[in-house]
Amino acid sequence: MQIEILATLNAERAARRAAILVTDLEGGAQRVVREAELAADPLADLLARHLASGQSGLVEAGGRTLFLTVQAPPVRLVVIGAVHISQALCPMARALDLAVTVIDPRTAFATPERFPGIDLVAHWPDDAFAGPVAPLDHYCAVAALTHDPKIDDPALAAALRAECFYVGALGSRKTHAARVARLAGAGFGEAAIGRIAAPIGLDIGAVSPAEIAVSILAQIVAAQRAPRTGAPK
Amino acid sequence: MLSNESDILAAAEAWRREGRGVALATVIETWGSAPRPVGSHLVVDDAGNFLGSVSGGCVEGAVITESLDAIADGRARTIAFGVADETAWQVGLSCGGRIRVFVEPVA
Repeated sequence: MQIEILATLNAERAARRAAILVTDLEGGAQRVVREAELAADPLADLLARHLASGQSGLVEAGGRTLFLTVQAPPVRLVVIGAVHISQALCPMARALDLAVTVIDPRTAFATPERFPGIDLVAHWPDDAFAGPVAPLDHYCAVAALTHDPKIDDPALAAALRAECFYVGALGSRKTHAARVARLAGAGFGEAAIGRIAAPIGLDIGAVSPAEIAVSILAQIVAAQRAPRTGAPK
Repeated sequence: MLSNESDILAAAEAWRREGRGVALATVIETWGSAPRPVGSHLVVDDAGNFLGSVSGGCVEGAVITESLDAIADGRARTIAFGVADETAWQVGLSCGGRIRVFVEPVA
Protein backbone atom coordinates (compact mmCIF):
# COMPACT_ATOMS: atom_id res chain seq x y z
CA MET A 1 0.00 0.00 0.00
CA GLN A 2 1.32 3.40 -0.94
CA ILE A 3 1.45 5.91 1.92
CA GLU A 4 -0.62 8.32 -0.21
CA ILE A 5 -3.46 5.79 -0.31
CA LEU A 6 -3.30 5.34 3.43
CA ALA A 7 -3.26 9.13 3.90
CA THR A 8 -6.33 9.50 1.67
CA LEU A 9 -8.23 6.87 3.66
CA ASN A 10 -7.33 8.57 6.93
CA ALA A 11 -8.26 12.02 5.61
CA GLU A 12 -11.65 10.83 4.37
CA ARG A 13 -12.31 9.11 7.69
CA ALA A 14 -11.40 12.23 9.64
CA ALA A 15 -13.74 14.30 7.46
CA ARG A 16 -16.59 11.79 8.06
CA ARG A 17 -16.83 10.90 4.37
CA ALA A 18 -17.16 7.35 3.09
CA ALA A 19 -14.48 5.76 0.91
CA ILE A 20 -13.78 2.31 -0.49
CA LEU A 21 -10.31 0.87 -0.99
CA VAL A 22 -10.21 -1.46 -4.00
CA THR A 23 -7.33 -3.97 -3.86
CA ASP A 24 -6.48 -6.33 -6.72
CA LEU A 25 -5.31 -9.37 -4.79
CA GLU A 26 -3.27 -10.80 -7.66
CA GLY A 27 -1.20 -7.76 -8.59
CA GLY A 28 -1.66 -5.83 -5.36
CA ALA A 29 -2.77 -2.72 -7.31
CA GLN A 30 -4.91 -0.39 -5.21
CA ARG A 31 -7.07 2.65 -5.60
CA VAL A 32 -9.38 4.62 -3.31
CA VAL A 33 -12.87 5.54 -4.49
CA ARG A 34 -14.26 8.48 -2.52
CA GLU A 35 -18.00 8.67 -2.01
CA ALA A 36 -18.23 11.68 -4.34
CA GLU A 37 -16.54 9.70 -7.12
CA LEU A 38 -18.57 6.55 -6.66
CA ALA A 39 -21.36 7.17 -9.19
CA ALA A 40 -18.86 7.64 -12.03
CA ASP A 41 -16.83 4.55 -11.18
CA PRO A 42 -16.89 1.49 -13.49
CA LEU A 43 -17.76 -0.62 -10.43
CA ALA A 44 -20.44 1.85 -9.24
CA ASP A 45 -23.23 -0.68 -8.59
CA LEU A 46 -20.97 -3.10 -6.77
CA LEU A 47 -19.41 -0.36 -4.68
CA ALA A 48 -22.79 1.18 -3.85
CA ARG A 49 -24.10 -2.14 -2.55
CA HIS A 50 -21.06 -2.63 -0.33
CA LEU A 51 -21.22 0.94 0.93
CA ALA A 52 -24.91 0.57 1.83
CA SER A 53 -24.30 -2.63 3.75
CA GLY A 54 -21.09 -1.30 5.29
CA GLN A 55 -19.51 -4.69 4.61
CA SER A 56 -15.97 -5.17 3.33
CA GLY A 57 -15.50 -8.25 1.17
CA LEU A 58 -14.16 -10.11 -1.85
CA VAL A 59 -15.74 -9.50 -5.25
CA GLU A 60 -15.12 -10.75 -8.79
CA ALA A 61 -15.03 -8.09 -11.48
CA GLY A 62 -13.69 -8.32 -15.02
CA GLY A 63 -12.01 -11.65 -14.29
CA ARG A 64 -10.09 -10.20 -11.35
CA THR A 65 -10.49 -10.95 -7.65
CA LEU A 66 -10.80 -7.70 -5.76
CA PHE A 67 -11.05 -6.96 -2.07
CA LEU A 68 -13.21 -3.99 -1.10
CA THR A 69 -12.38 -2.32 2.20
CA VAL A 70 -15.44 -0.26 3.07
CA GLN A 71 -14.84 2.72 5.29
CA ALA A 72 -18.05 4.45 6.31
CA PRO A 73 -18.32 7.06 9.06
CA PRO A 74 -20.01 5.98 12.28
CA VAL A 75 -23.70 6.88 12.12
CA ARG A 76 -25.02 9.39 14.66
CA LEU A 77 -28.60 9.71 15.89
CA VAL A 78 -29.62 13.14 17.16
CA VAL A 79 -32.88 13.04 19.10
CA ILE A 80 -34.72 16.31 19.61
CA GLY A 81 -36.71 16.07 22.82
CA ALA A 82 -35.87 14.33 26.08
CA VAL A 83 -39.35 12.84 26.09
CA HIS A 84 -40.85 9.48 27.04
CA ILE A 85 -40.34 7.97 23.57
CA SER A 86 -36.70 9.11 23.66
CA GLN A 87 -36.18 7.23 26.90
CA ALA A 88 -37.19 4.03 25.12
CA LEU A 89 -35.37 4.98 21.91
CA CYS A 90 -31.91 5.78 23.29
CA PRO A 91 -30.92 2.38 24.70
CA MET A 92 -32.25 0.62 21.59
CA ALA A 93 -30.31 2.99 19.35
CA ARG A 94 -27.13 2.27 21.26
CA ALA A 95 -27.70 -1.46 20.76
CA LEU A 96 -27.67 -0.68 17.02
CA ASP A 97 -24.25 1.02 17.43
CA LEU A 98 -25.65 4.48 16.76
CA ALA A 99 -23.89 7.31 18.55
CA VAL A 100 -26.80 9.00 20.32
CA THR A 101 -27.21 12.63 21.37
CA VAL A 102 -30.38 14.03 22.94
CA ILE A 103 -31.08 17.76 22.66
CA ASP A 104 -33.78 19.48 24.72
CA PRO A 105 -33.62 23.00 26.16
CA ARG A 106 -36.16 22.09 28.85
CA THR A 107 -33.99 21.22 31.83
CA ALA A 108 -36.89 19.46 33.55
CA PHE A 109 -36.86 16.91 30.74
CA ALA A 110 -33.14 16.75 29.98
CA THR A 111 -31.93 15.12 33.19
CA PRO A 112 -29.28 12.42 33.54
CA GLU A 113 -31.67 10.49 35.78
CA ARG A 114 -34.05 10.10 32.85
CA PHE A 115 -31.21 9.38 30.38
CA PRO A 116 -28.44 7.54 32.20
CA GLY A 117 -25.22 7.38 30.21
CA ILE A 118 -26.65 9.26 27.23
CA ASP A 119 -25.03 12.38 25.74
CA LEU A 120 -27.58 14.96 26.83
CA VAL A 121 -27.49 18.60 25.73
CA ALA A 122 -29.82 21.07 27.46
CA HIS A 123 -29.70 23.76 24.76
CA TRP A 124 -31.92 24.99 21.98
CA PRO A 125 -31.05 23.09 18.78
CA ASP A 126 -29.37 26.04 17.05
CA ASP A 127 -27.19 26.71 20.11
CA ALA A 128 -26.43 23.02 20.43
CA PHE A 129 -25.21 22.75 16.82
CA ALA A 130 -23.22 25.96 17.18
CA GLY A 131 -21.40 24.64 20.24
CA PRO A 132 -21.48 21.41 22.19
CA VAL A 133 -22.86 19.11 19.47
CA ALA A 134 -20.79 18.28 16.36
CA PRO A 135 -22.35 19.72 13.19
CA LEU A 136 -24.90 17.54 11.42
CA ASP A 137 -23.84 15.76 8.24
CA HIS A 138 -24.98 13.09 5.79
CA TYR A 139 -24.22 10.32 8.29
CA CYS A 140 -26.65 11.67 10.86
CA ALA A 141 -30.24 10.68 11.54
CA VAL A 142 -32.42 13.31 13.22
CA ALA A 143 -35.64 12.44 15.03
CA ALA A 144 -37.70 15.42 16.20
CA LEU A 145 -39.96 14.25 19.02
CA THR A 146 -40.93 17.25 21.16
CA HIS A 147 -44.28 18.11 19.53
CA ASP A 148 -43.18 21.74 20.04
CA PRO A 149 -42.46 23.64 16.80
CA LYS A 150 -40.20 26.09 18.66
CA ILE A 151 -37.84 23.21 19.39
CA ASP A 152 -38.48 20.79 16.51
CA ASP A 153 -38.54 23.23 13.57
CA PRO A 154 -35.01 24.66 13.90
CA ALA A 155 -33.63 21.13 14.26
CA LEU A 156 -35.53 19.92 11.19
CA ALA A 157 -34.28 22.91 9.21
CA ALA A 158 -30.70 22.17 10.26
CA ALA A 159 -31.14 18.48 9.37
CA LEU A 160 -32.48 19.27 5.89
CA ARG A 161 -29.69 21.78 5.21
CA ALA A 162 -27.07 19.22 6.29
CA GLU A 163 -28.60 16.52 4.02
CA CYS A 164 -28.95 14.13 6.93
CA PHE A 165 -29.71 10.63 5.57
CA TYR A 166 -32.78 10.41 7.80
CA VAL A 167 -35.05 13.15 9.08
CA GLY A 168 -38.19 12.20 10.98
CA ALA A 169 -40.76 14.20 12.91
CA LEU A 170 -43.38 13.09 15.40
CA GLY A 171 -46.91 14.38 14.98
CA SER A 172 -50.20 13.70 13.29
CA ARG A 173 -50.84 14.34 9.60
CA LYS A 174 -52.56 17.59 10.59
CA THR A 175 -49.58 18.66 12.70
CA HIS A 176 -47.29 17.79 9.83
CA ALA A 177 -49.34 19.78 7.31
CA ALA A 178 -48.87 22.86 9.49
CA ARG A 179 -45.16 22.04 9.76
CA VAL A 180 -44.86 21.71 5.98
CA ALA A 181 -46.41 25.16 5.59
CA ARG A 182 -43.97 26.67 8.09
CA LEU A 183 -40.93 25.07 6.43
CA ALA A 184 -42.13 26.15 2.98
CA GLY A 185 -42.50 29.66 4.38
CA ALA A 186 -38.92 29.42 5.60
CA GLY A 187 -37.79 28.73 2.02
CA PHE A 188 -37.51 24.94 1.89
CA GLY A 189 -38.59 23.33 -1.39
CA GLU A 190 -41.00 20.46 -1.86
CA ALA A 191 -38.23 17.89 -2.39
CA ALA A 192 -36.44 18.84 0.81
CA ILE A 193 -39.61 18.87 2.88
CA GLY A 194 -40.66 15.58 1.29
CA ARG A 195 -37.60 13.94 2.82
CA ILE A 196 -39.09 14.29 6.29
CA ALA A 197 -40.57 11.02 7.51
CA ALA A 198 -43.87 12.09 9.05
CA PRO A 199 -45.73 10.75 10.85
CA ILE A 200 -42.43 9.32 12.06
CA GLY A 201 -41.67 5.59 11.98
CA LEU A 202 -42.72 2.58 9.94
CA ASP A 203 -46.42 1.88 10.09
CA ILE A 204 -46.45 -1.16 12.37
CA GLY A 205 -49.37 -0.02 14.48
CA ALA A 206 -47.03 1.03 17.30
CA VAL A 207 -48.79 2.13 20.49
CA SER A 208 -46.37 2.20 23.43
CA PRO A 209 -43.25 4.41 23.55
CA ALA A 210 -41.05 1.34 23.08
CA GLU A 211 -43.05 0.24 20.04
CA ILE A 212 -42.82 3.71 18.53
CA ALA A 213 -39.07 3.60 19.19
CA VAL A 214 -38.86 0.30 17.29
CA SER A 215 -40.79 1.77 14.35
CA ILE A 216 -38.47 4.80 14.24
CA LEU A 217 -35.30 2.72 14.42
CA ALA A 218 -36.57 0.30 11.76
CA GLN A 219 -37.14 3.28 9.47
CA ILE A 220 -33.64 4.59 10.21
CA VAL A 221 -32.04 1.21 9.46
CA ALA A 222 -33.98 0.99 6.18
CA ALA A 223 -32.72 4.46 5.18
CA GLN A 224 -29.17 3.59 6.22
CA ARG A 225 -29.06 0.34 4.25
CA ALA A 226 -30.70 1.55 1.05
CA PRO A 227 -28.08 1.38 -1.74
CA ARG A 228 -26.97 4.80 -2.86
CA THR A 229 -24.82 5.53 -5.88
CA GLY A 230 -24.55 9.26 -5.55
CA ALA A 231 -22.65 11.32 -3.11
CA PRO A 232 -24.61 13.47 -0.74
CA LYS A 233 -25.05 16.88 -2.31
CA MET B 1 -7.10 0.81 25.44
CA LEU B 2 -9.00 -1.09 22.81
CA SER B 3 -7.99 0.10 19.36
CA ASN B 4 -10.59 0.67 16.67
CA GLU B 5 -10.06 0.50 12.92
CA SER B 6 -9.55 4.26 12.81
CA ASP B 7 -6.68 4.12 15.31
CA ILE B 8 -5.06 1.29 13.36
CA LEU B 9 -4.92 3.03 9.99
CA ALA B 10 -3.86 6.28 11.66
CA ALA B 11 -1.05 4.41 13.41
CA ALA B 12 0.01 2.76 10.14
CA GLU B 13 0.39 6.18 8.52
CA ALA B 14 2.09 7.77 11.52
CA TRP B 15 4.56 4.91 11.97
CA ARG B 16 5.49 4.95 8.29
CA ARG B 17 6.03 8.72 8.33
CA GLU B 18 8.38 8.24 11.29
CA GLY B 19 10.46 6.09 8.97
CA ARG B 20 9.56 2.71 10.43
CA GLY B 21 8.98 -0.30 8.21
CA VAL B 22 5.25 -1.01 8.35
CA ALA B 23 2.94 -3.75 7.12
CA LEU B 24 -0.83 -3.89 7.19
CA ALA B 25 -2.76 -7.16 7.53
CA THR B 26 -6.44 -7.36 6.56
CA VAL B 27 -8.90 -10.22 7.05
CA ILE B 28 -10.27 -10.80 3.54
CA GLU B 29 -12.28 -13.97 4.01
CA THR B 30 -13.69 -16.03 6.86
CA TRP B 31 -15.49 -19.35 7.18
CA GLY B 32 -17.19 -20.76 10.22
CA SER B 33 -16.75 -19.19 13.61
CA ALA B 34 -13.88 -16.83 12.82
CA PRO B 35 -13.41 -14.42 15.70
CA ARG B 36 -12.77 -11.21 13.73
CA PRO B 37 -14.91 -9.94 10.83
CA VAL B 38 -13.81 -9.41 7.24
CA GLY B 39 -12.05 -6.06 6.93
CA SER B 40 -10.38 -6.23 10.37
CA HIS B 41 -6.86 -4.81 10.44
CA LEU B 42 -3.59 -5.45 12.19
CA VAL B 43 -0.66 -3.07 11.72
CA VAL B 44 2.90 -4.21 12.44
CA ASP B 45 6.18 -2.29 12.48
CA ASP B 46 9.67 -3.60 11.79
CA ALA B 47 10.37 -3.96 15.51
CA GLY B 48 7.35 -6.22 15.93
CA ASN B 49 5.12 -3.62 17.60
CA PHE B 50 1.52 -4.15 16.58
CA LEU B 51 -1.95 -2.68 16.95
CA GLY B 52 -5.32 -4.20 16.11
CA SER B 53 -6.30 -7.81 15.62
CA VAL B 54 -7.13 -10.22 12.83
CA SER B 55 -8.01 -13.27 14.88
CA GLY B 56 -8.65 -12.33 18.46
CA GLY B 57 -5.20 -13.69 19.25
CA CYS B 58 -5.13 -17.22 17.81
CA VAL B 59 -2.90 -16.64 14.79
CA GLU B 60 -1.60 -13.15 15.53
CA GLY B 61 1.95 -14.42 15.99
CA ALA B 62 2.06 -16.03 12.55
CA VAL B 63 0.54 -12.93 10.92
CA ILE B 64 3.16 -10.74 12.59
CA THR B 65 5.93 -13.02 11.27
CA GLU B 66 4.48 -12.78 7.75
CA SER B 67 4.21 -9.01 8.17
CA LEU B 68 7.89 -8.76 9.08
CA ASP B 69 8.71 -10.79 5.96
CA ALA B 70 6.54 -8.45 3.86
CA ILE B 71 8.36 -5.41 5.29
CA ALA B 72 11.69 -7.09 4.48
CA ASP B 73 10.93 -8.15 0.89
CA GLY B 74 8.43 -5.40 -0.02
CA ARG B 75 5.87 -7.85 -1.38
CA ALA B 76 2.22 -8.38 -0.55
CA ARG B 77 0.95 -11.89 0.20
CA THR B 78 -2.20 -13.78 1.12
CA ILE B 79 -2.07 -16.34 3.91
CA ALA B 80 -4.70 -18.78 5.11
CA PHE B 81 -5.28 -20.30 8.54
CA GLY B 82 -7.74 -22.90 9.65
CA VAL B 83 -8.48 -26.47 10.46
CA ALA B 84 -7.95 -27.64 6.89
CA ASP B 85 -4.49 -26.12 6.85
CA GLU B 86 -1.39 -28.05 7.91
CA THR B 87 -0.19 -25.05 9.92
CA ALA B 88 -3.42 -25.08 11.87
CA TRP B 89 -1.90 -27.71 14.11
CA GLN B 90 0.86 -25.30 14.97
CA VAL B 91 -0.96 -21.99 15.34
CA GLY B 92 -4.55 -23.07 14.64
CA LEU B 93 -7.81 -21.39 15.33
CA SER B 94 -9.16 -23.12 18.39
CA CYS B 95 -12.64 -21.96 17.44
CA GLY B 96 -12.59 -24.20 14.35
CA GLY B 97 -13.00 -21.33 11.92
CA ARG B 98 -10.83 -20.47 8.94
CA ILE B 99 -9.55 -17.11 7.78
CA ARG B 100 -7.57 -15.65 4.89
CA VAL B 101 -5.41 -12.62 5.56
CA PHE B 102 -3.89 -10.18 3.05
CA VAL B 103 -0.55 -8.81 4.25
CA GLU B 104 0.96 -5.81 2.48
CA PRO B 105 3.92 -3.54 3.16
CA VAL B 106 3.25 0.20 3.40
CA ALA B 107 5.58 1.86 0.90
